[in-house]
Amino acid sequence: MNKTVIRMLLVLTSVGVISGGALSGVYKAAFPRIERHRLEELKRAIFVVLPDAKNYKTLEKNELKVYQGIDETGNPVGIAFEAKGNGFQGKISMMVGIDNQFEKLTGMLVLDQIETPGLGAKIAKDKFQSQFKGLSISPEITYVKNKKPEKPNEIQAITAATISSKAVVKILNRQIKEITETFKLN
Amino acid sequence: MAEDTNRSLYYEFVKGLWEENPIFRMLLGMCPTLAVTNSAVNGLAMGLATTFVLTCSSVMVSLVRKIVPSQVRLATFIVIIATFVTIADYFLKAFFPPISKQLGPYVPLIVVNCVILGRAEAFSSKNPISLSVADASGIGIGFTLALVSLGIVREILGNGSIFNISIFGEWFEPWIVMLLPAGAFITLGIMIGIINAFTIKKTGKGVCFGCSIGYKLQEKLVTAESMYLTPEELEAAKAKPEKKEKKKKEG
Repeated sequence: MNKTVIRMLLVLTSVGVISGGALSGVYKAAFPRIERHRLEELKRAIFVVLPDAKNYKTLEKNELKVYQGIDETGNPVGIAFEAKGNGFQGKISMMVGIDNQFEKLTGMLVLDQIETPGLGAKIAKDKFQSQFKGLSISPEITYVKNKKPEKPNEIQAITAATISSKAVVKILNRQIKEITETFKLN
Repeated sequence: MAEDTNRSLYYEFVKGLWEENPIFRMLLGMCPTLAVTNSAVNGLAMGLATTFVLTCSSVMVSLVRKIVPSQVRLATFIVIIATFVTIADYFLKAFFPPISKQLGPYVPLIVVNCVILGRAEAFSSKNPISLSVADASGIGIGFTLALVSLGIVREILGNGSIFNISIFGEWFEPWIVMLLPAGAFITLGIMIGIINAFTIKKTGKGVCFGCSIGYKLQEKLVTAESMYLTPEELEAAKAKPEKKEKKKKEG
């Protein structure tokens, strides 16, 4: 009996140690690559929503993180930030760019979403995303259904995916407000 | 299980492709099957990741099979499987980030894929390494083929493309339902049905236990039960429900 217990302990311990060691080795080897992919993706997203930016620097204030875009001569061209919130089926996360005056959006890119394929997932298509370029954010973004937007702060919701479109607008409005309040003064 | 003399590397490999295909025959590992087969590429990536984990863990399990006490064998197998799953996850994240993003949580979930623990418990913990590798890679490739074929059907109908290459023109209206969970159930059900019908026709053996669907062979109705049960057992099974019915009528 005692012998089995000791054997169980020995086998489980050595299996744990060996696989733990192997994993830490693999992690060390893979981490730089994973991190590089993450940063590349972030950079790509920032430059999409801030088309004039050639470089960026990270600003942090009150636990909010934004990326300030900089052009060739070192002048700020606006800030980009990540907006996250609930969509129709799960979390939607987007990269959003605002101009220096906090008046207009310079772009929006959906980073992650699990909305219904073919319906809500169209929020990640260019046709929907491009509506946010140059969109006025005062007093806030609104949406219209089944007709062309008339005011500068309106977008057209996707047919048969109003909830997803509404969720995008709601997330943007909330986070834009937060970002504006925190960063506009400086 | 067949006697040792009948078993060969070739047999152990080939049986996983068709005869004991984990998806179409054993109906194991349904969670990734239904969840990630919305495109052929996803099915292929998932299948290959599973094959990698299955083969590597089978080697390890077979290697340690004589020193692991039976009381802790499941814990040991799971640790071994989880290690290879994590390696596969890091590999996909480092070299194929878009695929890793598409598969999302289903790569870490390979740990609980019952095909893998099933093979470890049923096969590699009892067999030498060479046979275990043959068995695991056969089952793994069978799994991959099944996932890819499901993915191809769903992608053609749901997106009008194969491996992200569009095959229909603009006129094609995608069947969105095929990309949703319902499409997975419909496709899988129809494919299993077709494969069962094909097998019955070819070998004269059905696999559908419990249902009374059968076929006529020399004027006799053959069902799944009638092939696996002796005539006496069959009579007993038939007699029981009748008795119950009679009692109900009397009451």
